[in-house]
Amino acid sequence: MKLAAEGLAKRFAGGVEALADVSIELAAGEFVSIVGPSGCGKSTLLAMLAGLLEPSAGRILLDGVAARDGVAARDGLLGRIGYMPQRDLLMEWRTTLQNATLGLELAGVARAAARERALAEVGRFGLAGFEDRRPSALSGGMRQRAALLRTFLAGRDMMVLDEPFGALDALTREAMREWLLGVWESDRKTILLVTHDVEEAVFLSDRVYVMSGRPGRIRTAVEVSLPRPRTLELTATPAFAELKARLLAPLREEARSALGSA
Amino acid sequence: MSTTGTRLALALGGRLEPRPHAAPGRRRGVVGRVLAPMVVGVLLLALWQSYVALSGVREGTFPSPLEVADALVRDRSLLLSSAWTTLSEILLGYGVAIVVGIALATAVSSSRLIERAIYPWLVVSQMIPIPAIAPVVVLWTGFDIRPKLIVIALVTFFPIAVNTIDGLRATDSELVGLLRTLGAGRLDVFRIARLPNALPYVFSGLRVSAAFAVIAAVFAEWVGSTSGLGVLILDYGNQAATADVFATVFVLALIGVALFAAVGIVERLAVPWWQVEQ
Ligand SMILES: Nc1ncnc2c1ncn2[C@@H]1O[C@H](COP(=O)(O)OP(=O)(O)OP(=O)(O)O)[C@@H](O)[C@H]1O
Ligand SMILES: [Mg+2]
Repeated sequence: MKLAAEGLAKRFAGGVEALADVSIELAAGEFVSIVGPSGCGKSTLLAMLAGLLEPSAGRILLDGVAARDGVAARDGLLGRIGYMPQRDLLMEWRTTLQNATLGLELAGVARAAARERALAEVGRFGLAGFEDRRPSALSGGMRQRAALLRTFLAGRDMMVLDEPFGALDALTREAMREWLLGVWESDRKTILLVTHDVEEAVFLSDRVYVMSGRPGRIRTAVEVSLPRPRTLELTATPAFAELKARLLAPLREEARSALGSA
Repeated sequence: MSTTGTRLALALGGRLEPRPHAAPGRRRGVVGRVLAPMVVGVLLLALWQSYVALSGVREGTFPSPLEVADALVRDRSLLLSSAWTTLSEILLGYGVAIVVGIALATAVSSSRLIERAIYPWLVVSQMIPIPAIAPVVVLWTGFDIRPKLIVIALVTFFPIAVNTIDGLRATDSELVGLLRTLGAGRLDVFRIARLPNALPYVFSGLRVSAAFAVIAAVFAEWVGSTSGLGVLILDYGNQAATADVFATVFVLALIGVALFAAVGIVERLAVPWWQVEQ
């Protein structure tokens, strides 16, 4: 296993129980998604995997090694997993390219070499011509791709992406989805994606975890054994619709009970 | 006078919310920025001139703008040399305040403990009634530039420090987290995120302080000096040369406006991203 989380729980200082007993697994090169109602602790989970938050219980294994024997999980994990937060967090005082090369810069790669590596990717990430513009000059979709490029260029072979297409319109979303699939198919990194969108999850993933409402738990895991490489035509097939329905049923239940308890 | 300024600084919290400057080069912007205040200025002068002419107050009580202009020309060499003295006091004191203010802010925002230890004393430093300690400072240091420098720096460092602290603190904590996952240490986070994030706030502080620096300089000269525009105001005042007093105040105001404008120009160069298209 590339990454395994076992019995992760998180209770915040204020007493909010965000996560209870979450276990997930990703094999090397797998694309795995997590769907769940808003506020169920998806971002919290990713922050723990990225080493930014200390779990209240449970352990995280990266490449089979538990980061939590003796040392805090944070210290063991920080900097080892590529992390794309929910907001793009592009810095306005840097150009698009300077934002994208942050990871290389912090790894001590010379400026010229870092620039060259980034320039080799701007075409694939749809940022050509905007290399030296400030983030405010980019469209929403471009900002997301710039943030993705920043994550990819950091060069980690395991990445966690927090709703990378959350803020985009439906058509842009669909195009980005197909694009991300292409990037993943050529690089074969291990990716854990958080999303609200069931169709997105099925289309991209080898496996989808469905989370329950707060405190977040894994409700079910659905294997997606649709053939690859996939194209958007796949979304019109009965097999695709059936998988979607299997994911939607528990999600709808969660949404309903969230309303009921609120 | 400088205590009034200081009190004002405290009442304002010594802060201005940093706001993006408008994109330059727009025609309406130029008209608005240069022409509008000029029109108001000319109107005020006309109003003033006609009031003096119509009410018949004596020149010694309330001089007309033309008499002030006359005094400006008449006293020009003395005004110029005094302005030079005062300007160098301001630049030096202000310079010290910038260095000290930013250094203190960096220290305060670097750790909770340092913040708790230093911050209250920064505030206390602004409670010091400058009129009370200025003569003492003069006793220690004599009549050279040092007491002026100390008084100006004491008044102007505070808004700079407070705003810089705010700016360093206002850095998005999620951005800091992201940088840490990319391998950034504390120093990297400071260089890449905190410092650039704080710059617009720093310049807000610099602008507030620019105005206070002029007032502080005048007061510092009143307490212990033999030359400078502040001294000139006292001398002319004693001679009941009111038009000359006004002329001196005019030169002081020019220095203040120039300082304020200079800060704005440096800001545009140093913080080019802090602009919004309107
Ligand atoms: N630092 C924190 N302190 C206290 N509570 C927190 C903190 N961060 C998150 N929470 C709470 O934990 C719960 C889970 O938050 P989280 O952001 O992980 O949800 P999410 O599943 O990512 O939601 P969304 O889909 O809306 O992004 C929420 O109820 C939130 O209020
Ligand atoms: Mg979230």
